[in-house]
Amino acid sequence: MHAALSIRGLTKVYDNRFHALKGIDLEVPQGDFFALLGPNGAGKSTTLGVVSSLVRKTAGEVSIYGIDVDRDFARARYHLGVVPQEFNFNQFEKVEDIILTQAGYYGIPRRQAEDRARQLLEDLGLWDKRHDAARMLSGGMKRRLMIARALIHRPRLLILDEPTAGVDIELRRSMWEYMKRINEQEGTTIILTTHYLEEAESLCRNIAIINHGEIVHNTSMRELLGQLSRETFVLDLASPVAQCPVIEGFDVERLDDAQLTLSIDKGQRINDAFARLSEQNIEVVSMRNRANRLEELFVRMVEGSNKTEGPQGGIR
Amino acid sequence: MNTRQMMVALWTIVRSEIRRFMRIWPQTLLPPSITMTMYFIIFGNLIGSRIGKMDGVDYMDYIVPGLIMMSVITNSYSNVASSFFGSKFQRSVEEMIISPMPNWLVLSGFVIGGSARGLAVGIIVTAVSLFFTDLDIQHPILTTLVVIMTALLFSIGGFINALLGKKFDDISIVPIFVLTPLTYLGGVFYSIHTLPEFWQNVSLINPILYMVNTFRYGILGVSDINVGAAVGAIAVFIVIFFSAAMWLLRRGKGLRS
Repeated sequence: MHAALSIRGLTKVYDNRFHALKGIDLEVPQGDFFALLGPNGAGKSTTLGVVSSLVRKTAGEVSIYGIDVDRDFARARYHLGVVPQEFNFNQFEKVEDIILTQAGYYGIPRRQAEDRARQLLEDLGLWDKRHDAARMLSGGMKRRLMIARALIHRPRLLILDEPTAGVDIELRRSMWEYMKRINEQEGTTIILTTHYLEEAESLCRNIAIINHGEIVHNTSMRELLGQLSRETFVLDLASPVAQCPVIEGFDVERLDDAQLTLSIDKGQRINDAFARLSEQNIEVVSMRNRANRLEELFVRMVEGSNKTEGPQGGIR
Repeated sequence: MNTRQMMVALWTIVRSEIRRFMRIWPQTLLPPSITMTMYFIIFGNLIGSRIGKMDGVDYMDYIVPGLIMMSVITNSYSNVASSFFGSKFQRSVEEMIISPMPNWLVLSGFVIGGSARGLAVGIIVTAVSLFFTDLDIQHPILTTLVVIMTALLFSIGGFINALLGKKFDDISIVPIFVLTPLTYLGGVFYSIHTLPEFWQNVSLINPILYMVNTFRYGILGVSDINVGAAVGAIAVFIVIFFSAAMWLLRRGKGLRS
């Protein structure tokens, strides 16, 4: 079975001689929910730009569902839907027209596309806005419009380049649910770039981290998170404690009267810590990770590759 | 894409181009009719009555074909230049680049859309001219052929300008500093036979002269130049411009980094 996306030796050198991609290899299996992460300027957008043909590659091969984009670009593009980072629709067009025009570009007659457009607009909460000019929409609605537009021709591979940037948390979660649904129910392969690492952790099964134009890590999310040697949790207590409890073998810190931090090394059991706390009559009502687990790993890996390559832009 | 899908895609571009210039008709269709009415009143009626005849026809009748052609040229050109540059500026052109449409189809869609505006304005100006004179078209097929070819040629020109343009100023430079002087010097208001021999020869290197005169020949039956050669030259220019636009698209000039 062909990979949904296969990249071999992809190299891109811009006119100003900037080496954006240094021969990267990447394989995204069919039906995957895949995260492509990296700091600013690492090569994420260039990679996705080459896949969507907005950037001309210097060398390498790209195929979508086994179709080489150079040899049969039309057939390859039928399988591809792209939601870019920046708004890239005609702001003066009506919402419905933007989607139906996109369908037309794929050779789908207007009447045939209308049912699909209605379904997408309803699913994404835009049906009531279908007659409004796109410029009248809020930022979140514009992002959803781009998702609806990218899905109108039923692509098998969907690229989402920071789809929830600037979207409030409630809407972001509803967009996550929608993306999960199309991935699970329709089998759409999704490649996601995001600077909300919590988003990548909760949605994606596999992950690649790119830095300085090279893939520095490419593995499953589970395996990656398994590399964490220590996790720190924040514990909310039922009643205040006057001083920090001591638990042999565990690092405990008192944040305030009713909150502790508990660090667990790989191989230690969290139940043991709870048992010791219980012995000291300390009752825990809830707990959460202090820092995003993926974020910790991401920072570590990017910093590791920066040591060999020199400093780069901010982490996203 | 199969043929049917290509036709759907082509019509999608043409339709949205026509809808665009119809939606903003006060900016696209109305101004030429007002401007040309002024030309007809001032040059045709007031000054033309003192000039008398040009190449054996009334001055008003003489300038009508030139003014129609001038409207077609400027509107075909500016429609594609502003529309395609606008989609580059708003990045909505990316919708087309990532789609399966071949380059020739995108180019053809914009060119047909631009030609549609050029011809729509040509029809409006022709209708306005009927208030001032009676048009008795001598060669209807040639007239139709040359006006369509001219609209196509300048639409492709507008597309190339939009591809190469980096800012909005870049798409107004050619119409102001190239097209307008060439059109005015292309025999819209006078026969080149009224010029000294040297300037007659200089005029012969102006391509717009051939279009205006061929169109005038189609309507009035009078021309300064060889009509057959002019039609052939316009066809050659269309092929050259289309090939240049395709070459630029293939290289991704102004579209891909």
